[in-house]
Amino acid sequence: MSAFMERITGSQSPLSSERSLRWSLALIRLGPAIILLLLIMAFNVLSPVFLTVQNVSNIVVQTSALAVLAIGQLFVILVAGIDLSVGSVLALSTVIGALVFTWNQGLGGSLSVAAFLLTGLVTGFLNGFMLTKGRLPHAFIPTLAMFYAASGLALVLSNGRAIPHVPGIVITLGSGYIGPLPVPVLLVAGLALVAVVLTKRLKWGRWIYLVGGDKEAARRVGIPVDRVILSVFLISGLMAGFAGVITAGRTASGYPTAGELAELQAIAAVIIGGGSFFGGRGSVAGVLVGALILGVIANGLNLLNVDEYWQLIVAGGIIVFAVELDVLRRYLEGRFRTLQARGD
Amino acid sequence: MEAEREQTSQDEKETPILEVRNMTKRFGATLALDNVSLELQRGEVLALLGDNGAGKSTLIKCLSGVHQPDEGRIFLEGEEVTLNSPMEARDLGMETVYQDLSLFDNMNVVGNFYAGREPVTPRWLGGWGWVRDGFMSSKAKESLESLQVNLPSAEVEIGLMSGGQRQAVASARAMSFGRKIVILDEPTSALGARESSNVLRLIKEAPEHGVSVIVISHNLEHVIQVCHRAVVLRQGVRVGEAEPTEENHERLVSMIVGGAAEEGKGEKQA
Ligand SMILES: Nc1ncnc2c1ncn2[C@@H]1O[C@H](COP(=O)(O)OP(=O)(O)OP(=O)(O)O)[C@@H](O)[C@H]1O
Ligand SMILES: [Mg+2]
Repeated sequence: MSAFMERITGSQSPLSSERSLRWSLALIRLGPAIILLLLIMAFNVLSPVFLTVQNVSNIVVQTSALAVLAIGQLFVILVAGIDLSVGSVLALSTVIGALVFTWNQGLGGSLSVAAFLLTGLVTGFLNGFMLTKGRLPHAFIPTLAMFYAASGLALVLSNGRAIPHVPGIVITLGSGYIGPLPVPVLLVAGLALVAVVLTKRLKWGRWIYLVGGDKEAARRVGIPVDRVILSVFLISGLMAGFAGVITAGRTASGYPTAGELAELQAIAAVIIGGGSFFGGRGSVAGVLVGALILGVIANGLNLLNVDEYWQLIVAGGIIVFAVELDVLRRYLEGRFRTLQARGD
Repeated sequence: MEAEREQTSQDEKETPILEVRNMTKRFGATLALDNVSLELQRGEVLALLGDNGAGKSTLIKCLSGVHQPDEGRIFLEGEEVTLNSPMEARDLGMETVYQDLSLFDNMNVVGNFYAGREPVTPRWLGGWGWVRDGFMSSKAKESLESLQVNLPSAEVEIGLMSGGQRQAVASARAMSFGRKIVILDEPTSALGARESSNVLRLIKEAPEHGVSVIVISHNLEHVIQVCHRAVVLRQGVRVGEAEPTEENHERLVSMIVGGAAEEGKGEKQA
């Protein structure tokens, strides 16, 4: 009756190559973690201080803003979009947060913190609104516009200067410690946990993956596609606000050129961490690994006194490698399908 | 007594589960459907035939809420319905398997089964509720089992499945959720003989599960195997119907292609 299905389930001839395909696919999924491990091992050999507690702590603290941005970027890339504005929005949020604090220092600076986050939410909303309601062809367009506009607004509002006025709570969030644990790292962990629950467990997160898998099909099964898309930009914007808090907390100021190139780093972290530009694939854990890879490269090459510009070249190489892994995955899946269809 | 019994059976016959009256649909200057009427009986497997561009897909998209017809009425179990979205059709118990299957390659079988209607707990949280993965998984496996669809594993991503397996999953999904009607657009067009037979069996057995079926196909052999009746469209017009049998094979073909073949056969014109 369904002999062809059974033949596949049975442990017969096609399985040897099927098994090796399965293995290769699993290996690709572990690719980012393996890269990270190899990098750590290499730097450990090359530099005696690399794996000291102090340096490891440095790496995670220095990577925390990027990690938060990358988590936000993941959601956008999951629906096959891109958010080019997060670096500028980060800067704008530090400027607005610092300005609000100079006007109003009440409530322990919580108005200022709210201003950081609200800046992210509003810009994220505008990005998503322009994309879905303005029927723009690709997320590239509204977020590119926001990239310029947010940066311009940050420069206008601050007169192009740093504003050395942020509340204590922001400084704590950006550079404080609880016992031996850096607060920004705890913040990253908290946000990552929420993101994991959203992506893995909640219906809305499931829908984000479905929209990324196939927009048209998602529409047909009744998913409110436009609202899902809008929500990922809200998340990305909010994360830019949090990253702004961390950045301002580390420098104790709001400044309009903060987060330069951060959007590209965040995109790189997602892609290196196994997120697919085709949409529908990627995980929070992968993104954290991707961010750490970038952090480790920067830190390790620094320790080895390698010129800063080489970091960019290495990062570029790893991006190409990561995307090639994604392409290879698609190819292997195709092979796998053919095997399944033949069934013998 | 006798007369009464006749009356009730007559009634049942005469309230089709689905009826389309005088449906017209235009795309700009294209008249995709021209005053088409159609009825689907309870427990019937109805074939919708026609050449490329005849309007078959357009008709079923009007029935599944993807398109809204310009004119015409739809009756479900005798009651008029309007279908403004695919969701509304689904809520009424009508499921459609489109030509592109609407499957999600990045999800496994279970995820695809419940795509867009994942059960959550607590329910009032809606989209922010916790997806009941265990429940979904056991229910989906139950459905696949009762439809006798055997897959290597319900946890395998759809993207890794063959065309036949994908079609089987999409059809089984529709059969499990479509309480009344399942509509399939060319379910065997991309499949080899062996994979087709599995899907055809699903269609043939659908009435046993209380589901009536409309199936579009270009393959007359398949139609003859599983369908009770065939309606033919040509250039948006319903040109006739026939019982799909080997004897009617040529008649159906001439209805589909029309023109010279039809004149030669002396078939009636639309
Ligand atoms: N969305 C649309 N916009 C404009 N024209 C359309 C659209 N959908 C269908 N048509 C036109 O309507 C007519 C009927 O198309 P339809 O897809 O219903 O045919 P079909 O019978 O399903 O053909 P096939 O066997 O090739 O699938 C064709 O002329 C087609 O070009
Ligand atoms: Mg069609």
